[in-house]
Amino acid sequence: MAQWITEPLQYVFFLKGLGAGLLVAAACGVLSGFIVWRGMAFIGDALAHAILPGIVIALMLGIHMLIGALAAAIISVLAIGTLTSHRRFKEDTSIGVIFAGAFALGILLMNRVGTFQDLSHILFGNILGVSSFDLILIAIVAFLVIFLVLLFFKELLVTSFDRTHALAIGLSPLAIHYGFLILVASTTVIATQTVGVVMVLALLVTPAATASLLTKELWKIIMLSTFFALVSIIAGFYTSYYFDAPSGATIVLVLTAFFLAAFTYSKAKLRFNV
Amino acid sequence: MLNVPLLCYGKNCDHPPKAESAALEVKDVGFTYGGTSEPVLQDINLRINPGEKVALVGPNGAGKSTLMKLILGLEKIQKGQISIYGHHANACRHRVAMVPQKSTVDWSFPVSVRQVVTMGRYVHLGWFRNPGKKDREAVDQAMETMEISHIADKQVGELSGGQQQRVMLARTLAHNADLMLLDEPLNHVDIATQELMFHTIEKVCRMGKSVLVSTHDLGILTVHFSRVLFLDKTIIGDGPVKDVLTPQNIARAYGFEFHKGMEHESWLNG
Repeated sequence: MAQWITEPLQYVFFLKGLGAGLLVAAACGVLSGFIVWRGMAFIGDALAHAILPGIVIALMLGIHMLIGALAAAIISVLAIGTLTSHRRFKEDTSIGVIFAGAFALGILLMNRVGTFQDLSHILFGNILGVSSFDLILIAIVAFLVIFLVLLFFKELLVTSFDRTHALAIGLSPLAIHYGFLILVASTTVIATQTVGVVMVLALLVTPAATASLLTKELWKIIMLSTFFALVSIIAGFYTSYYFDAPSGATIVLVLTAFFLAAFTYSKAKLRFNV
Repeated sequence: MLNVPLLCYGKNCDHPPKAESAALEVKDVGFTYGGTSEPVLQDINLRINPGEKVALVGPNGAGKSTLMKLILGLEKIQKGQISIYGHHANACRHRVAMVPQKSTVDWSFPVSVRQVVTMGRYVHLGWFRNPGKKDREAVDQAMETMEISHIADKQVGELSGGQQQRVMLARTLAHNADLMLLDEPLNHVDIATQELMFHTIEKVCRMGKSVLVSTHDLGILTVHFSRVLFLDKTIIGDGPVKDVLTPQNIARAYGFEFHKGMEHESWLNG
């Protein structure tokens, strides 16, 4: 058993991938609580899709993929913000328009580049293909995201709970909202490497959804979310190594299994208590 | 949301009250929402002295919430002037605080009572500073005053309407503002909480602070307030309950015909 665990660890590519995965999981877990309770699941998904053209253009230009993705994510956040501040649309409408348009542009560009196979790991993730440079970039972004959430924790808290109070004490809920979106966008970008564009949402939403079934304290939700995200990454890794299963799908299914278990547990608890 | 100049989240604007100034002075204020031509407020003039407790009454849509938003600095002042303890409204976030209508708050968000009350201290903290010993003491004291210390670690979503209102008032106490605005605080609140609220308001006023309470419930006024502002787009009455809540004024504001004999309605004279 011990050998079963340690065997893959002697390979550098495996260690790099696992390191990247754990960093991503930590960042996603920390953001997850706020994404779920601020009702931002849709925008998380939208951002994940909207970065596709950035990735493809970066590949066409020979720039690093993550840099292109980050640029696309930030442009999308700004575009959604501009459309929404127009007051003619609600935010989810702006998100829908930008998200579909950007994703379609990405698909079209992928088609032009012509190497759809090479790019399939963008869509579905390729956790074992992480380079040293990727790892450094992922580490920087992950630590920055966690650090900033902790630094602005009380501002995130007050703008989530009571926008009017935030405004009344001179704190702009909108500025916090867009700042937070940029963190979500950056995390989405580094997460695409592990679970892919299509399934990033699972890492951003499912951990806190699961945790919220078990506790009602934000701190505990964040700790538990991070734990679930980390465990799912590790599980995804080993199945990917031993059974040659797609890592992204495995990670998402492990998260979903946690969710179903927590859901059943909370239902059962409710039944036996009453 | 960003049509208001946002400034000084944090310590740097803690102006002390100017001596001899009114707690609240509103001069010739008018307000029209963007996209509409009908003004919500017109020629508003009023003055509240330190230590005063005033009720703001009027039907729904009379502009009570808008007036409070203007005082709090949540809407841009289009016409006239508002000053709070001698300072221009919006120049200082420390002097004024509001208990909002409950519907503006996301009660399902996972925060505890203590965390919400602590939010009252944020205005004194600003960026990058966490609550210290002094803040924790202020929070404990505010919770004690509102008799919610025993539920400090409960999630706000699990509380009753009355308890939630106590939490909001405790937050305003922790803010330690000199002018407190309560927007419709009596909706869905039990009698015990109402009593505690009025008792607290009384205590706060004795400390020299001022309180403005908006309500559309005219019944409670005679018992708890000696001064009433009757608002219907403009101030149609300002003074003791008996002088302001005349059948004529009520009929005018609430839009029903004044019938002879209504002045004998018992609750008006109680």
